[in-house]
Amino acid sequence: MERYPATKGGGRGATATAPGRARPAPQEAESAADLPPLLLLHRPRALRRARSMALPRLLRAAAPRLYSTVPAPAPAPAPAGNRPRADDDKLLTEPLSHPDFFSVKELFTLKDLFDARVHLGHKKGCRHRFMEPYIFGCRLDQDIIDLDQTMQHLQLALNFTAHVAYRGGIILFVSRRRQFCHLVESTARACGEYAHTRYWQGGLLTNAHIQFGPGVRLPDLLIFLNTLNNVFEPHVAIRDAAKMNIPTVGVVDTNCNPCLITYPIPGNDDSPAAVELYCKLFRMTIIRAKDKRRQSEAVEELQRKAQGK
Amino acid sequence: FDETCLCCGYNWVLRLLLYLLRLICTTTAVQKRNVGASGPEKYTEAFIKKQIEEFNLGKRHLANMMGEDPETFTQEDIDRAIAYLFPSGLFDKRARPLMKHPTEVFPEQRKIQWGEDGRPFHFLFYTGKQSYYSLMHVSMLFKNICDILNRNLAGSRWLTKIELEEMLLEKVSDNDYSRFIQLLQKLATLPCADIEEKYIQKFSKEVPAQLQKVVIEPLQHDERGVAFSTGEGKRKTARATAVVYDNGTGRITVNGIDILHYFPVLQDREQLLFPFQFLGRIGKHDMVCTVSGGGRSAQAGAIRLASAKALRSFVTEKEVEFMRQAGLLTVDPRVKERKKPGQEGPRRKFTWKKR
Repeated sequence: MERYPATKGGGRGATATAPGRARPAPQEAESAADLPPLLLLHRPRALRRARSMALPRLLRAAAPRLYSTVPAPAPAPAPAGNRPRADDDKLLTEPLSHPDFFSVKELFTLKDLFDARVHLGHKKGCRHRFMEPYIFGCRLDQDIIDLDQTMQHLQLALNFTAHVAYRGGIILFVSRRRQFCHLVESTARACGEYAHTRYWQGGLLTNAHIQFGPGVRLPDLLIFLNTLNNVFEPHVAIRDAAKMNIPTVGVVDTNCNPCLITYPIPGNDDSPAAVELYCKLFRMTIIRAKDKRRQSEAVEELQRKAQGK
Repeated sequence: FDETCLCCGYNWVLRLLLYLLRLICTTTAVQKRNVGASGPEKYTEAFIKKQIEEFNLGKRHLANMMGEDPETFTQEDIDRAIAYLFPSGLFDKRARPLMKHPTEVFPEQRKIQWGEDGRPFHFLFYTGKQSYYSLMHVSMLFKNICDILNRNLAGSRWLTKIELEEMLLEKVSDNDYSRFIQLLQKLATLPCADIEEKYIQKFSKEVPAQLQKVVIEPLQHDERGVAFSTGEGKRKTARATAVVYDNGTGRITVNGIDILHYFPVLQDREQLLFPFQFLGRIGKHDMVCTVSGGGRSAQAGAIRLASAKALRSFVTEKEVEFMRQAGLLTVDPRVKERKKPGQEGPRRKFTWKKR
């Protein structure tokens, strides 16, 4: 499974690893969320900086099919009103030093998950082979998902989402269930993020420069409330996000393939109660992270003013 | 105008005219397809701004040339001036030279969809069709909170696909359009409150009542006090008008000549009498007709229709309905079919020779 390049220190060295080459995958879901987020969160800045340097030619030579012939746009000028970024920026590095900076653990309990029927899976015949590690057992032919594992995965996923939202990343909610399309869109709207619950046009991520226009910014995180599409096949966006090096968070049911998803959350994706719970949790984390960012920026602004005086 | 030519030299006027020519578009950019929807913008804002400046400048030049006040030079004056300066014999009005404000010429374009930091403005931007899907989203929202039904769909129609494209500035496929109309129909059939009425009205258009109730004219009276009524009829190329008088003895005059002399053939006279015979009023009315064009049979048919129309005023509505069902009030649409090339007549082919 492809993981994203770990270029510590913002990839300033010219010998930055090309994103195309895979690194050995870090251990999955160990104790806390320190290692994976650190690696993955440096990706946006690293990639952007690396691209502007000698990398484009290297990349095109090494993996010509990975990138289109459209040259990568020059890094966008710093938006007006943003503070100049130093690499040891306290605002960005401080959250990474805590295992649970946004205290996402307190947003949900095991009982909440149980009451929302998150542990109910599909029948034994629908079971996907790769979901077997996450299944607690099978009762009367129906698979029961292990809620302890779900808790861990959910905590990791929410933490990661919070970090992405904290850094002003674009989050795209994806779901292809007609039942929940309106709910997902409303959730996205409430958070101030984006949603796509309609027919997925082939080149949305991979052909974005031509479909949307040059200079478009792709989402930094994809959240799948349903990994399957209307014909019970894995959603095309999972593969496309993996191709475009975009991390994904996804709720995987017992009939889904968790392979290419960065942060899978084993759980029920069919009951309205479960989906409403997920939407509520994502919405709360994102809003919390954004509020925290605003607070920290305000505090920093005050400190700088005090120092300046 | 000629004097200025002579004074300042022909070059000056020529240059002005050429400058105007550049402004004038010889083909209208208002195409049938909605260019604004076809993708990222082809006309940048700077370009449109420049066009507007050039247009205003050219307008003032034109006003000066025509000897009018540049301040009060309206679009109609511009059109007249252009028609005068560049007379065109082209049949298609859209192909003639025109000089209009750039906002009318260049269709509305979608602007850049994201801010300085790269974040798109609309929450459905990544679907590709943000306006259309936001419409679906809002309609779904209304569907979920509907209350009381009160909708009269008789005199209105939904927006067409092209009108929807113009509204959204996006391309809408046939499938998307049909889904949208289905959603609106479901929304309309559900119980709806007043607010939803206004929302639905945005997507429906009034259709002018197609049924024109046929008005039967009332009876008129001449100097003698006799009631009469007129009717017009046509058949093939014959046109006839008939005036039917009440309290008559059944005398019928055509072009001042008695029908016995005008129509020697029995069949034609039978045609004339058919409406009266149908209503059972053979000896009760007098008729004076004028007819022109067509042949013998066509004139008879035309007079028949004219007299039937005139008789409607004398008769009850039920009998009018009977007449209509008998075919007395319908214009006979049959005309001579044209001859086709490669054939001898409308249907007759040339003789087939084996060798």
